Amino acid sequence: MSSSQQVVGFRPPTAFSRLWPAPWFGGLQGSDTAWAIAFVVPYVAIFAAFVIYPTVYGLWMGSDPSLYSLLFSDPRYLTTLVNTLLFVAIGVNVKMFLAFLLSGFFMSRSWWVRSLLAIYLLPWALPGLTVFLSIHYMLVTEWGLLDSLWRAVTGEDGPLFLVSTPIAMAANIVSYIWKWMPFWTLIFLASRMAIPQDIYEAAEIDGATGYRRLVHVTFPLLANVYLICTLLSTVWTLGDFPTVYFVSGGAPARLTDVLATYGFHEAFDFGYPNLGVAAMMSALPILIPLVILLMRRIRVTGVQL
Amino acid sequence: MSAAYGRTVTTDTGFAAGTVAGTTQPVRRRTSRPHYRLRRYAMEALAMAFGLVLAVWSVLPLYNMWMIALDSHNDVFSGAIWPENPTLESFRVVVTQDFWYLARFWHQFGNSFYVGLSVMFLTLAIGSLASFTVGRMRMRHGWMLSNAALMTYVIPASFLAIPMYRIMQIYGLTNNLSSVILALTTFATPYAIFIFSQYGKSIPMELDESARIDGANPLQIYLRIYLPLMAPALVAVGTYALLLAWNEYLYNFLLLSTPESMTVAVALAQFLNSDESPWNFMMATAIIYAMPPIILYYGFRRYMAAGLTMGGVKG
Repeated sequence: MSSSQQVVGFRPPTAFSRLWPAPWFGGLQGSDTAWAIAFVVPYVAIFAAFVIYPTVYGLWMGSDPSLYSLLFSDPRYLTTLVNTLLFVAIGVNVKMFLAFLLSGFFMSRSWWVRSLLAIYLLPWALPGLTVFLSIHYMLVTEWGLLDSLWRAVTGEDGPLFLVSTPIAMAANIVSYIWKWMPFWTLIFLASRMAIPQDIYEAAEIDGATGYRRLVHVTFPLLANVYLICTLLSTVWTLGDFPTVYFVSGGAPARLTDVLATYGFHEAFDFGYPNLGVAAMMSALPILIPLVILLMRRIRVTGVQL
Repeated sequence: MSAAYGRTVTTDTGFAAGTVAGTTQPVRRRTSRPHYRLRRYAMEALAMAFGLVLAVWSVLPLYNMWMIALDSHNDVFSGAIWPENPTLESFRVVVTQDFWYLARFWHQFGNSFYVGLSVMFLTLAIGSLASFTVGRMRMRHGWMLSNAALMTYVIPASFLAIPMYRIMQIYGLTNNLSSVILALTTFATPYAIFIFSQYGKSIPMELDESARIDGANPLQIYLRIYLPLMAPALVAVGTYALLLAWNEYLYNFLLLSTPESMTVAVALAQFLNSDESPWNFMMATAIIYAMPPIILYYGFRRYMAAGLTMGGVKG
């Protein structure tokens, strides 16, 4: 399989043989229909039982309007909203931009860049739980690794990271970027490799080198991939749970919660599952337009990520 | 005559251009003046320094894991950058299940494997059957199925966590590994359908047609033609599903709470809520837990990279 062709929307000729009408195109007949139904039943069953039913159940749980007045009267919920917004806006955009730049760095063919790539991808390969726990222990006491490094360099005690809301929030965002940047770098790397070399050669003849090549050739060619990746990542990050749950744990005093962890705590620690669902559902006004936009873009452009 | 002449000319120039482009650079490099060479070395040194920073950034939390795991103290950080008496004691404790949190460690490890492999097989089976029906058999209204799948792929799984917990209680599946297997299969299958239908487009439809003419039924075409030709996509999606199930935390935690039914992820996070905090045992457990994904990642990197270019991976 040539991965390069998959990326820029190269379409392998779908075999519509007009001369020889295919036996089962345009309406299945007889036993074929039975086979087709038998083949999709597993997916339809799973979809009905574990997507539709919970969705409807969730909508029903969060359908009481009084839940939302309760929610908006909770100052912690408003903090959570701001946090989620910051987490998504800063986290996703910084991550995507850095990943885009770094993918250029990793285009280099030299041996050490290639081996660096294997190391650089480690955060993505590891389970989020383990690395976020490790980061948590780097920050939680005065004796964690970061403070030890601080002490070794300056000779003074380092700060306590998780008692300050801005630092704890920054720690969440940085950990999120640390974990997911390699993955998107890989995506951009694959897309860059799919750009035909002759475009660059033509650009070089026209005098576009260095940053001009980046701004006027590479970026326009990758703009669509960049947009779809950003949208997709935004939607996923809106529901991101493990980063905040493990890195800051909401510390200090639940001031760094995001929607997913807030809903989780409401539902399973304080015993208000309906309120938890309502908190999640309050993201729908942002989530639904994003999803519609995303699905359209994926379908219209036909660009595979 | 003239046409042939034209052809030879174009191939000649094309060839010549290729060789010129191939050889000029080293020539130019050899004859370049010293300060150009100096600048190139400076750039290379700068890139290497940047690479070093990047490497440190990437491994710092992993180094922290090792450092804590090798520490001989149970509950206090030494505050050193490298433990004074590094010891493998905490690994021994984990492997021999010598701590009460870890009493069922290998059983839970087995649970994780069972969940991972089951999710993998179910995802591959259900996803390939569905995409075969939609993409190859072109079932009527098949687009609805792919749309539903795409929608499920895009929406974050954590948004369904609370209702899913309730639903599993209604189904009577809590503390049963099949609850996690079913939930995670549901979240992994859309990606599988997406990838399989993209990849399936590159398999010529004439193969199906000729098999039909030879009298094969849909099941035979699926087993003998579709699946063998889809092998690369199957490997990519299989590793994806296995890693998704192995690394997932939220659903494992919600649906599995007894020591018997837990997977390693749940057991590991239990340390976080304990009063005594044997951090070195915890990190040793984390390192052992992270080993299978690492091995899988280095073993199947090429396939996974291929899968990535076909579609994003949901973490």
